[in-house]
Amino acid sequence: MKIPKISLRGVTKSFGTKKVLQGIDLDVAAGESVVVIGGSGTGKSVLLKCILGLMRPESGSIKIDGEESVGLSDGGRADIMRKFGMLFQGGALFDSLRVWENVAFGPIQSDGMAPAKAKDIAIATLGNVGLGPEIGELYPSELSGGMQKRVALARAIARKPEIIFFDEPTTGLDPIMADVINDLIVKCVSDLGATAVSITHDMASARKIGHRIAMLYDGKLIWQGPVGDIDRSGNAHVEQFIHGRAEGPIQMQVRKL
Amino acid sequence: MTIPVVTILGRMTLAFLAAAGAITMFAGHSLRQIARPPYYRQQILRQMLEIGYYSLPVVGLTAIFTGMVLALQSYTGFARFSAEAAIPNVVVVSLTRELGPVLAGLMVAGRVGAAMAAEIGTMRVTEQIDALTTLSTDPFKYLVGPRILAGILTLPILVLIADIIGVLGGYVVGVYKLDFNDAAYLRNTLDFLQFQDVFSGLVKAAVFGFLITLMGCYHGYNSKGGAQGVGMATTNAVVSASILILTFNYFITEAFFAR
Repeated sequence: MKIPKISLRGVTKSFGTKKVLQGIDLDVAAGESVVVIGGSGTGKSVLLKCILGLMRPESGSIKIDGEESVGLSDGGRADIMRKFGMLFQGGALFDSLRVWENVAFGPIQSDGMAPAKAKDIAIATLGNVGLGPEIGELYPSELSGGMQKRVALARAIARKPEIIFFDEPTTGLDPIMADVINDLIVKCVSDLGATAVSITHDMASARKIGHRIAMLYDGKLIWQGPVGDIDRSGNAHVEQFIHGRAEGPIQMQVRKL
Repeated sequence: MTIPVVTILGRMTLAFLAAAGAITMFAGHSLRQIARPPYYRQQILRQMLEIGYYSLPVVGLTAIFTGMVLALQSYTGFARFSAEAAIPNVVVVSLTRELGPVLAGLMVAGRVGAAMAAEIGTMRVTEQIDALTTLSTDPFKYLVGPRILAGILTLPILVLIADIIGVLGGYVVGVYKLDFNDAAYLRNTLDFLQFQDVFSGLVKAAVFGFLITLMGCYHGYNSKGGAQGVGMATTNAVVSASILILTFNYFITEAFFAR
């Protein structure tokens, strides 16, 4: 069997007494797109940040291409980061830099590319997400939410990463722009032949960009399977979530009206 | 009733020690990262401009009025003992040893320390710092290191300029208001000035530059939540930098001049 691109075993993470992740096992094959769904505050972002190395899990193993990444030194971490691209929920664009400088940031600062060449790459990448070269001269604060997401996507793919992470890519966008972003994600991932891990609670997005869906609930992955099987999961939690029902086994932490 | 008091004291002591430890580790990590490549020269230059050049007006104004009031105030005292000749010396020694570095430090802490904490804090809460990491750029090298290095390098220059402007303020009041002979004023200023007076002030300035930028970066880097967290980080950066400046000022003075 081939080595999975990403392999998690028994990953746990807690904040104080709150156990956010309680033993996550997940394999993602090369070229596969896995979407992790789950309610707000179930630890989806924490899971991504653990895989990225922005947070250190308390126990468990996270292997990237078969190499253990938990507890790596700064140097080894930087090598693994080279394989990653990340689209942050709020975009996380550097507001002191122009759009093209944002997209060219990785190539210039980390790979030491000449700025002129990096600018060409940045403008080509902006073109891939449907933005013209004139956008490159603007500052992120001058763009709409949907355009910021596209710039953030361009920045995430500018270094042609092997693995791309998407943190709630469609949150805060209107349904049409959300679908545009979904299409771009599908296109970029397949053009690069990249492996993708997304987290979302938008089912339309999950169905569109995922090959496989996993549901995170109460710190564990309670169900995973191909995207086609999501409607016959036979799991009451999944059923409730994908149909967005207030009644069911998942109880929100709110007082009854 | 004594137990709650002890509990509170213990908790405060622990919190203080934890913060001191965290800051020391933060400082150590930053200094190690400054020493190692890659060096972001452009960032260092931009920060030097921000800390030094743009602080010139406020520091210059502080210095000139301090020099002026020093001359005026010491005249009212010294005239009683017919010791007016000591005024130029009092002005220059007070400025170079103490007031130049401390007042410039406090002004820069308010101006630059606050701005740093707000900028880095906003970058933290909008995930821009995480984004730096995912682009294989170490935030300590790119954000923290250049700021701290610029602080250490720039503050001594700023203080040297403040010293000169302050002496000028004293000179203006001395010559035009107190009827000193202008040549005598300058001669008295320079004759009694020792190398150590200026040098100790510049050492202080470098230490203060380190403390201001360290506090700005530390509190910004560790800010949590949204706007409120960034606001708190800004306040903490200025308050802690000011207290540290005054504390370190005493100990550096003691190291230089206590016999």
